[in-house]
Amino acid sequence: MEKKYIAYFSILLVSLIFISRLFYIQVLASKYKPSPLNNSAVAVKYDYPERGFIYDRNGVLVVANQPSYDVMIVPRDVQALDTVEFCNLLKIDKETFLKRYKKAWTYSPRIPSVFVAQLSKSDYAFLQEKMYKYKGFYIQKRTLRQYPIKSAANVLGYIGEVSPYQLKKNSYYQQGELIGINGVEKQYEEALRGVKGVKFIQRDRFNKEIGPFKDGIYDTLATVGKDVNITLDIELQKYAEDLMVNKRGGIVAIEPSTGEILTLVSSPTYDPNLLVGRERSKNYNILHDKKYENPLYDRSLLAQYPPGSPFKILTGLIGLQEGVITPETRVTCYRGFRYGRRGFMKCHCSYGTVHALNSGIHQSCNAYFASAYKKTIEKYPTAAEGMKKWSDHVKSFGLGDFLHNDLSTGTRGQVPDEKLYNRMYPDFAWGATTNISNAIGQGEITTSPIQLANMTAAIANRGFYYTPHIIKKIDNKPIQIDRFVVPKKTTIDPKHFEPVIEGMLNVFEKGTARASRVEGIEICGKTGTAENFSIINGEKVQFQDHSIFIAFAPKDNPKIAIAIFVENGYWGSRWAAPIASLIIEKYLKGTVSRPYLEKRMFEGSIQDEYEKQRLMLEQKIEKETE
Amino acid sequence: MRKRQNNIFAGVDWILVMFFIVLVFIGWINIYAATVTDTSLSVFDGTTFYGKQLKWIGLSAVLITITMAIDAKFYERFAGFFYVISMLSLAGLFIFGNTVNGATSWYNFGGFSLQPTEFAKVATALALANFLSEPNKDLSNFSTQIRAFLILLVPFVLIILQPDAGSALIYFTLFFVMYREGLPGWYLGLGFILIILFLATLYFGFVTALIIIFSILTLLVLYLLNLKKFHLNREWPKIIVLFICVGTFMYSVDYIFNNIFDQRHRDRFSIVLGKEVDPRGIGYNTNQSMITIGSGGLTGKGFLEGDRTQGNFVPEQQTDYIFSTIGEEWGFVGTSAVIIIFTAFILRIIRVAERQKLKFSRIFGYSVATIFFFHFMINIGMVIGLVPTIGIPLPFFSYGGSSLWGFTILLFVFIRLDADRTYEW
Repeated sequence: MEKKYIAYFSILLVSLIFISRLFYIQVLASKYKPSPLNNSAVAVKYDYPERGFIYDRNGVLVVANQPSYDVMIVPRDVQALDTVEFCNLLKIDKETFLKRYKKAWTYSPRIPSVFVAQLSKSDYAFLQEKMYKYKGFYIQKRTLRQYPIKSAANVLGYIGEVSPYQLKKNSYYQQGELIGINGVEKQYEEALRGVKGVKFIQRDRFNKEIGPFKDGIYDTLATVGKDVNITLDIELQKYAEDLMVNKRGGIVAIEPSTGEILTLVSSPTYDPNLLVGRERSKNYNILHDKKYENPLYDRSLLAQYPPGSPFKILTGLIGLQEGVITPETRVTCYRGFRYGRRGFMKCHCSYGTVHALNSGIHQSCNAYFASAYKKTIEKYPTAAEGMKKWSDHVKSFGLGDFLHNDLSTGTRGQVPDEKLYNRMYPDFAWGATTNISNAIGQGEITTSPIQLANMTAAIANRGFYYTPHIIKKIDNKPIQIDRFVVPKKTTIDPKHFEPVIEGMLNVFEKGTARASRVEGIEICGKTGTAENFSIINGEKVQFQDHSIFIAFAPKDNPKIAIAIFVENGYWGSRWAAPIASLIIEKYLKGTVSRPYLEKRMFEGSIQDEYEKQRLMLEQKIEKETE
Repeated sequence: MRKRQNNIFAGVDWILVMFFIVLVFIGWINIYAATVTDTSLSVFDGTTFYGKQLKWIGLSAVLITITMAIDAKFYERFAGFFYVISMLSLAGLFIFGNTVNGATSWYNFGGFSLQPTEFAKVATALALANFLSEPNKDLSNFSTQIRAFLILLVPFVLIILQPDAGSALIYFTLFFVMYREGLPGWYLGLGFILIILFLATLYFGFVTALIIIFSILTLLVLYLLNLKKFHLNREWPKIIVLFICVGTFMYSVDYIFNNIFDQRHRDRFSIVLGKEVDPRGIGYNTNQSMITIGSGGLTGKGFLEGDRTQGNFVPEQQTDYIFSTIGEEWGFVGTSAVIIIFTAFILRIIRVAERQKLKFSRIFGYSVATIFFFHFMINIGMVIGLVPTIGIPLPFFSYGGSSLWGFTILLFVFIRLDADRTYEW
């Protein structure tokens, strides 16, 4: 019968439509699938544990937490209230009240926004009792970072809201949560933050919470963040920062026997308390906009400077290792070094001075090391082979590469090798004389302060170093991280270090840094004065030289190795050497015996030079754009 | 000579009985899931929805026994009587009835209420079958059409006055039974065209819809002219009349929709036509129900694991929206299984109806199939957002004693009639 089949057909058709529709809703379409975190049926509440404290190597508290109480408003829930009383409690006037209320409403009637930020503890205690009267207002407790010592901002870093990128990368975080953005806060985020607790709460369709979801079987408890000890000596850090006031540059001090970083100064610096809580982004922008001072730029880790004369130590060591010089090899300086057919490198020595290695170092003779460098490269049949050998020696001191440390940022620097010169001179027509500046730490070589400090530590240790690191203890347990406790050997035999170190000792005894000599401490150091250039719109511009100094002390069993760059500080013994000697004295003796020097360093300023430089730069740029 | 057999079980269609048991069982499981708040309570606890439903399922066994015990012939003889009683019980609601949710649909007997609408479906189906099975009743005859139509119109009017538009609509669907029994097909065709015009008017608005429909009609006329099927100079008055009728109908729809319908009715149509998306307002139920079903995914969250069901996100989930529980907890696997079972059940009723030798049994069987089918289609269509919100229960699934009993009686009267099919009277 025909009609019977119409009935069968219609019923099957409807059923097919339904199944297709359900397949669409349940399997294909995503708009009907609430994500677990956006599922309106289950509220997820987090219980944030307190973030761990940070202490320095001596157990001094460096980063703590402070409770902060904000009065929050949910404009939609606000009911008629006694505004006069409320305003008195909050210590605001009625006009402010209305203005903020309107602002909050414009932002969102439903989402809480801050009405009055950071109440004092006593205000909070008083207000808390009365809050029940004011529907739509509540007090929210937050924990903010607090820095009892206004120091080491660049090392400690700061915390802030997770970025969308991190949200995607790491499923632990939710929108609006805090994460370490920089420095130790970033590197040891997992230890410091602890683990947040999660509570699942069943809601009904009115969004009312009706109890724990599935009796709380999925809930987890929060784990408190771990305290952390860093290797900094915060007192020394603060002292070094103060010495660098009104000067730009970086200071890194390392304990050679462990690789622990004692100070890591980038100047100018800022008060870490600026990057806390509600004022963070405002202050961040202010700091960020200082484009010449650039306080957010960690010069100790990121700045690449030509190492200048301190690099002569390495040139000497390589010469000794390669056997092209001995400590007794003599070179006569003719107010410079003549090389090739027309090349001449100037030197400050008097005409005809004869140097052995020792005096070559403490008088910082260019000619001596240019000669050693030339001999090293030319020892090999081709310049490329010599260059490769030389480059490997230099790299064994940790230069030219990231140190694989536990700091949140860093730079490679540059150690030239044969490949670089083959690229620079495609006809391969280069040799030791082409890049003779490398001998004295100019030319193609650049290093960051921490690399130079690490090099100094390797010299202090007579041939090995520990990767510099900032972490000392986590949860009061000393760290056991292989890359920080296994020594890295340099390619120079230990026996070659002694003559060089004698030369460095004489730098203080009778050489370029004798004015910074400290009674009772055998300091080995090397001054440096590095020429520096900048390319502005294709034109090479020379700026005032950098003042550089490296040192370690005491000579035997060294406790501290330090490298200092003072940007545009004229010459090494003018700023860098005195500052280094003060820091060393302070660290080893606890007090400073030369208050006059200390005062001069505290008060000294190179701001005029920076101002000059700024004007110069701006004029250049202006001229070019005209 | 008539030979009676005492054992009524001999002719029973056990397949239908099995379907009944399976549907009631799945239904109860999901009512339990939708309403349980405290698993430590006994399933027989009379204060809970699932406890009460279990009680009604138990009592329906008594109803089945009574239904099966009565002589099959009795249903045909007393069809008219049942019909009158039912209509009186519907009319009586306006005097003694109890108003729940704005509809006067309930009789209250002490802590116990009955919804006569559910039972009137059985009576109307019996009456229609009885009327149409009379000898020399021909549905191509206009007066027969009118009288059959009246049988459906009385309950329709009484129920729409309660008001319970959803249930009233079900009576209209019995037209399909009349079609099966000889009502000319153009009635349905006309109805179908009117529905198209109705929806087009609502969807596009009067003016746009008018332009579209007139354009289509004009193209149709031009096409027919081209085929030389008719001649314009002879038949132009018919075309004019057609245009006027269509225009008038669409204008009336527009007028009724905008001036006579309540806003809530308008909203329901607008949502299904996709004209207004308003998940927080009137479309809330449908939207929640779809999200709840969608959240079940392919295999569902598992029995009692539906967090949206536990959170009571879908209002009336144990009654009209029970299907969303299945969707959430059993996923696409569960929903498609239920649809397949239901489809097979209805197809089985038609098959059984087709094998009836008696016209009365066959017509009644078709009525039963039609009633189940339209409940199924409208209820699930509404829950998955294909049909406007029309509050009618899903047979054997939705919570409620009256609907369960009404459907049980409807089915078992048919099974009883079928059990007698082999005997000549």
